[in-house]
Amino acid sequence: MTDSRSSAGSQDLVLDRVTKRFGSFVAVSDLSLTVPQGSFFALLGPSGCGKTTTLRMVAGLEQPTDGSIRLGADEISRLKPYRRPVNTVFQSYALFPHLSTFENIAFGLRRRGAKDVRKAVGEMLELVELQSHETKRPTQLSGGQQQRVALARALINRPQVLLLDEPLGALDLKLRRSMQIELKRIQTEVGITFVHVTHDQEEAMTMADTIGVMHNGVIEQMGQPGSLYESPRTTFVSNFLGQSNLVAGHIVDAAGPDLVVEVQGTKVTGLRSRAAVTAGDVWVGVRPEKVTLTRSDASPGEGWNVFRAGVVSDVSFCGVSTQYLVRMPWGQELIAFKQNTGAEAGLRAGDVVDLRWQREHTFFLDASEDAEAGVEHEDGA
Amino acid sequence: MTVAGASLLATPHPPAPARPRRPRTGYLLLLPGVLWLVLFFLVPTVALVASSLYDPTGSLFEGYQMTWHVQNYADAIAEYAPIFGRSLLYAAIATGACVLLGYPLAYAIAFKAGRWRNLMLIAVVAPFFTSFLVRTLSWKLLLGDNGFVADTLRTLHLLSPDGYLLATPLAVITGLTYNFLPFMVLPLYASLSKVDPQLIEAGSDLYASPITTFRRVTFPLSLPGLVAGTLLTFIPASGDFINSELLGNPRTRMIGNEIQDLFAAGALPVAASLSVTLMALIVLMVLVYVRRVGTEDLV
Repeated sequence: MTDSRSSAGSQDLVLDRVTKRFGSFVAVSDLSLTVPQGSFFALLGPSGCGKTTTLRMVAGLEQPTDGSIRLGADEISRLKPYRRPVNTVFQSYALFPHLSTFENIAFGLRRRGAKDVRKAVGEMLELVELQSHETKRPTQLSGGQQQRVALARALINRPQVLLLDEPLGALDLKLRRSMQIELKRIQTEVGITFVHVTHDQEEAMTMADTIGVMHNGVIEQMGQPGSLYESPRTTFVSNFLGQSNLVAGHIVDAAGPDLVVEVQGTKVTGLRSRAAVTAGDVWVGVRPEKVTLTRSDASPGEGWNVFRAGVVSDVSFCGVSTQYLVRMPWGQELIAFKQNTGAEAGLRAGDVVDLRWQREHTFFLDASEDAEAGVEHEDGA
Repeated sequence: MTVAGASLLATPHPPAPARPRRPRTGYLLLLPGVLWLVLFFLVPTVALVASSLYDPTGSLFEGYQMTWHVQNYADAIAEYAPIFGRSLLYAAIATGACVLLGYPLAYAIAFKAGRWRNLMLIAVVAPFFTSFLVRTLSWKLLLGDNGFVADTLRTLHLLSPDGYLLATPLAVITGLTYNFLPFMVLPLYASLSKVDPQLIEAGSDLYASPITTFRRVTFPLSLPGLVAGTLLTFIPASGDFINSELLGNPRTRMIGNEIQDLFAAGALPVAASLSVTLMALIVLMVLVYVRRVGTEDLV
């Protein structure tokens, strides 16, 4: 509450070439990152990718082996956790079981000798809508309530950066969705920098202004959810963030504004700006919802890429959309989503179809990367 | 099941439903425990209280008469009050010493021992592999006038040349502390090992220095262990007679020694009334203590 925030200037959180080794294991490798003040940043990645270690280094619970962490102009990487203007919402909440909701939330203020604790805690209880639970112990609260106590306990200190370590992981799907919206609302309201660690790509995309996708201790790609989704730069990002069709191809013409790639005897074009490599072998990628399936006799329009003569091998109805698996002549199965608008009759397994998509929806990735990287993450989402 | 079945076949005039059978297995399972308690706790306690009210002029050979001689208590307390005081004092000091020695040990085993944890726990329990008496006798050698400890202290001028350790209150309290230390360490360890290390991180994250985190988080969460430990140490220590017998002198006698001697001399009613008084005192103190600390409030 008594922050020297007014000493203007940017209070961006900057990680500069941070490395963390545990013995011979490199958890975080030469990571550089800037989180602008007041933004909602998500570190997204599978378990073991180093995202929690990164968060713990910002909190001060781990010491970086190398590199520096700055908050505005202040170097904080050697500061003890209790001297940093940073608070954490722990994955398991880590609420003090011997203290009431009120005392849990008041803990940080009391340690810093703040005045008028009662009023501040009252306001915070109101923000997280727990006014009627202030005398209860954590064990008497539901999971969602505990989560909000953990959030309130951290937020009340008005930290310059709030760290959230998979805070919604323990909640069921519906509650998680509503807490995501709630968290985003609170973040907008208090204007504190949030750094949110999660393995749930949908969660990251819903809440964050900027997402850093982490894999094996490095950030593979960073950007706004939309651009990250539309223009993945690595196979890992293309598979971890949503689903992708990746087909092997070879660049045959890189002279013009568009790249021309040959795939299984068919020429496919796409924008140079969405290519991770511009020569040699590539993965040609397209998102399943961008793909339209047409009966084989239809003629392609201008500006579309086409793969001909696929056979529908599986149809799964998902409510708002239907997912089709189409086996291509070269044996690969590609995915297409189709909105269930009801305008036309659905396809059945065995139907012969063409796959087409608009040229600008094509992206090109480095063929030396594993096309399966980041695929299996069925949990959470 | 029978009730549900009956209601399915219900007629306009249903027969009175059979009284649901109470499962008897629970009581059967209780039986051994209850028997044990009756035989080895209830009967001896009643016998003890009864003996404390016998006519004190009887003897083991002539037998005793039940005369509801409440005066036994007044006599016992009047004569042995200082010894009660000494017993409780020694027990309290020993308990305090056990906390001072045992808490850091339990803390280290719970949080810092890593892969040495089990080995350290075994080391705590290891003394139980030999008898209480033998271990106390070995302290007699350790603290003996020509023993290593006394010699060293004399060399360091921490003990005067004609000073001694054995047969002093210090020796008795040392013995008590040594003998009951595991009873302090184990419950403390059990409590501390249940403290989630993430709570300590949370304290640190919320501006509490390590010392404050200990005071506000770790220590309160270890209170159940501390209470259990102090009870397990204080109660047997206040009734102990071996340590005083082997390591003390006539002026360090504890109430246990008096009761032992009185029983041996056949003064059954006085011995019994002393025992009952000790028991009552301890129960009273434990009640006050547990109330004050309020462990029922803790997790």
